[in-house]
Amino acid sequence: MERSHIKQEINITESLMARINELISHYPADKKKSALLPVLHEVQDAHDNWLSIELQNKVAEILGILPIEVYEVVTFYTMFNQRPIGKYMFEFCQTAACCQNGVEDLMDYTCEKLGVGIGEPTADGMFEVRGVECLGACGYAPMMQLGDFYQEHLNKEKIDQLIQDCKDGKITLHDK
Amino acid sequence: MKVTIDGQEIEVAPGTTILQAARMIGGESVPPAMCYYSKLKGTGGKCRCCLVDVTKGSEADPRPMPKLVASCVTGCQDGMEVASKKSDRVAEARKAVTEFLLINHPLDCPVCDQAGECDLQNLSFEHGKLQHRFIEEKRTFEPEDIGDKIQLHMNRCIVCQRCVEVADQLTDKRVHGVLNRGDHSQISTCVSAAIDNEFSGNMIDVCPVGALTDKTFRFKSRVWFNKPFNAHRECTTPGCCGKVTLWMFGNEIQRVTARKDEFHEVEDFICNTCRFDKKEVADWVIEGPRQFEKDSVINQNKKYDTTEKVVIETEKGILMGRDVDRKKISMAEIDYNEKIDGNPINSKNNG
Amino acid sequence: MGRKILLDKINVPGIKTYEVYRREGGYASVEKALKKMTPDEVVEEVKTSGLRGRGGAGFPAGMKWSFIDKKSGKPRHLVCNADESEPGTFKDRYLMEYIPHLLIEGMITSSYALGANLSYIYIRGEYMWVYKILERAIAEAKAAGWLGKNILGSGYDLDLYVQIGGGAYICGEETALIESLEGNRGNPRLKPPFPAVQGLWQNPTVVNNVETIATVPWIVNNSGADYAAIGIGRSTGTKLISASGNIRNQGVFEIELGVSVYEFMNSDEYCGGMQTDRPLKALVPGGSSVPILPAHLIYKTAAGEDRLMTYESLSDGGFATGSMLGSGGFIVYDDRACIVRNTWNFSRFYHHESCGQCTPCREGTGWLEKVLWRIENGQGREEDIELLWSIQSKIEGNTICPLGDAASWPVAAAIRHFRDEFEYHIRFPEKVKNRDHFVAEPFEKVKHLVAKQIV
Repeated sequence: MERSHIKQEINITESLMARINELISHYPADKKKSALLPVLHEVQDAHDNWLSIELQNKVAEILGILPIEVYEVVTFYTMFNQRPIGKYMFEFCQTAACCQNGVEDLMDYTCEKLGVGIGEPTADGMFEVRGVECLGACGYAPMMQLGDFYQEHLNKEKIDQLIQDCKDGKITLHDK
Repeated sequence: MKVTIDGQEIEVAPGTTILQAARMIGGESVPPAMCYYSKLKGTGGKCRCCLVDVTKGSEADPRPMPKLVASCVTGCQDGMEVASKKSDRVAEARKAVTEFLLINHPLDCPVCDQAGECDLQNLSFEHGKLQHRFIEEKRTFEPEDIGDKIQLHMNRCIVCQRCVEVADQLTDKRVHGVLNRGDHSQISTCVSAAIDNEFSGNMIDVCPVGALTDKTFRFKSRVWFNKPFNAHRECTTPGCCGKVTLWMFGNEIQRVTARKDEFHEVEDFICNTCRFDKKEVADWVIEGPRQFEKDSVINQNKKYDTTEKVVIETEKGILMGRDVDRKKISMAEIDYNEKIDGNPINSKNNG
Repeated sequence: MGRKILLDKINVPGIKTYEVYRREGGYASVEKALKKMTPDEVVEEVKTSGLRGRGGAGFPAGMKWSFIDKKSGKPRHLVCNADESEPGTFKDRYLMEYIPHLLIEGMITSSYALGANLSYIYIRGEYMWVYKILERAIAEAKAAGWLGKNILGSGYDLDLYVQIGGGAYICGEETALIESLEGNRGNPRLKPPFPAVQGLWQNPTVVNNVETIATVPWIVNNSGADYAAIGIGRSTGTKLISASGNIRNQGVFEIELGVSVYEFMNSDEYCGGMQTDRPLKALVPGGSSVPILPAHLIYKTAAGEDRLMTYESLSDGGFATGSMLGSGGFIVYDDRACIVRNTWNFSRFYHHESCGQCTPCREGTGWLEKVLWRIENGQGREEDIELLWSIQSKIEGNTICPLGDAASWPVAAAIRHFRDEFEYHIRFPEKVKNRDHFVAEPFEKVKHLVAKQIV
């Protein structure tokens, strides 16, 4: 199958490795594979939010498992990105209450404003719009996920503000 | 322990599954199995073809099971009563599963090497419907090259995962697995790696459909035009039994497979040397013709004795037809530069 | 005012922190259980309470605990299911975000009852910030001596960790969750064996929902009998309801089971009535998987009795005229909502979330979505309604896990109660061109067009 061949610089820093080792310590010594999901999150966050094949191979090596075991997991879960994504990814919830409360109009609005279609990063790599399934915030619809956080009760004005805040570097993506 | 399947009673050992018990009885009550493989641990339960109705749980707890259960993974209980062929509910469920398996299947049997020994064909023959209700676009996958010995044709795959178990249980380093999820689940190496292992060829034998076929046999012949023979050799590969079925056309070995039983499971796994590298008759000790179940299409060509000339006493030449119709056409002699309506035909445009 | 058990202290400033939580009486259940009770006594109290699993299935929690295999001598585990992903449900997140120590306390007391020395909270990947909140709360609890070796000098050891998921609804199914916790794809396992015998790493394991575990401290502090005194019949205690859709007050409410649907919908304490003056059209009372109810079956059952917020009353009438309490995802629709569009939306969700392991779900969910998409977009055929009915009936009950059922039920219920709306979409494709087609012209106003055509 087609895979992205864009090179990714792999940098497992000391602090990242310490965090990985801490995560591994949460499981019995012979159950290192259990740490796979949390480790993938940490590694992805530290590498521009995507996981190249080389990076996945590195994770396999750290956990002492086969590369295919990592590929199987990465492709099963939706939060692991297998290609470079926009720095600020607006992941709109499209299910149930969000759909009922006009999320589709908001997605159209955002795409139009950024001049992109769904799932394609802007030319400068700053933004990307994606539709995802229920994020568990139905009472605060319409909403989206931006980095580790939720942006709720959205409307066009809020979207404008968020885009501006992203451009101004006011948005924190990860809670470290 | 005693179980009754479709009214036929049998004594089984504790730990026997309903499917195994049914296979011991044999005949029409044996549920079809597309994912279960008795020689591979952990298979079964996924395809849902082998659903049966447990009408009596056991002697101790006679309540029927509310849902149909997968017979390949459900253990027998003493006094259990099961309806398989005899249950309309089961027939309905198997029909449903067959339809689900076929909606996204390419139905390309005419060009599929598995045709004739395909479990999905057999299942459709038994439980399929003539009409199509699926009018949507079929799901397709990008082709992936997994080496020069095995052809992966993902569009035909039913995700039984037997091939993954083969890699896990017969080889030491699995490079392929199931990627993605839902109806996009696919068998893949993710990085187009060659699946290169002394026992990788067994993936072909365990595949119930034409998703994994022998590249060295690709498009060579329909399976029913081959004559299967049991043969063996002294194989030095550790773990290989060296007992195979040779598929012959005249004196030529078209392909080599493991020996499959009446449930289409291999009797014993073989190595890639036996499968791919030993294609000379001199490599093998031929034991004799291989028997197949009587309704198998492979029996089409199972005439092992020399064909006698048949003489029919009838009006002279009636079966010979006209001489003009019997003229042989040689493709090589056709002039591809011929003209239609005076215009030369470009061989490129001519396909 | 209804009684509050879980959200009693939610408005206390700083209740998120260990200090305030402890000052307000937190961790008392751990002290009581570890010092004064045997594990079996805790199990007995939970059994007496009649507490039912709050994740959706409603299986009695105490009974589930009593199934755990203690004879094998293998290590036992308690795993908290915080993979809240059922559309319409957001209660667990609220609990974990605003009063995280309640869950930690519940985990310690419950782990003690089960004899588990290594327990996990499995939280969905999207709740990343809540994951960090829980990690900090666990660290605080550990520093204060509530976790680790020889807790309170009782000789009981417990290690508790949070595990983050990767984005997969199916991991809310307990065996898929265990697979995911082991670092695998979230494919549900075949049952039997049940997790109580062979769960996490083949060890005996109990998987419980966040709300279920968070209720245990109150039961231990008071008594199972006190808990059972709240509610009606087999629906004991309180329940968190996630209310969303076209109502005035959206959010999480704690109700005493047995309050009427009418009161819950209309009282200012809860939903506060409809958002606008548009009339109520339909209700999904327990998350996207449960059957949708049309207006005339919401406040009254088919038998004419008041519909109550209990497991029994909501399912009164079976699937023909009832629904289910499920996970308490209460989604209200007014007449702007299009049932066909909503059903398609749910089907897309299940199609997207199917793990792909077994045939009926893998192939059937996609088929359902495609047919519904055609109908919603004016390309439906009359025979498509029968086709949908047939597909859903062939998925239901034939799959490994309940996702197949969950994908079938909303489709079946929509056709059962809103068939005319499907017919309208099929017969008047021009009228459903815009996705908000019922906003300007609600179905009630055009219903006669379909009725006329019936021969």
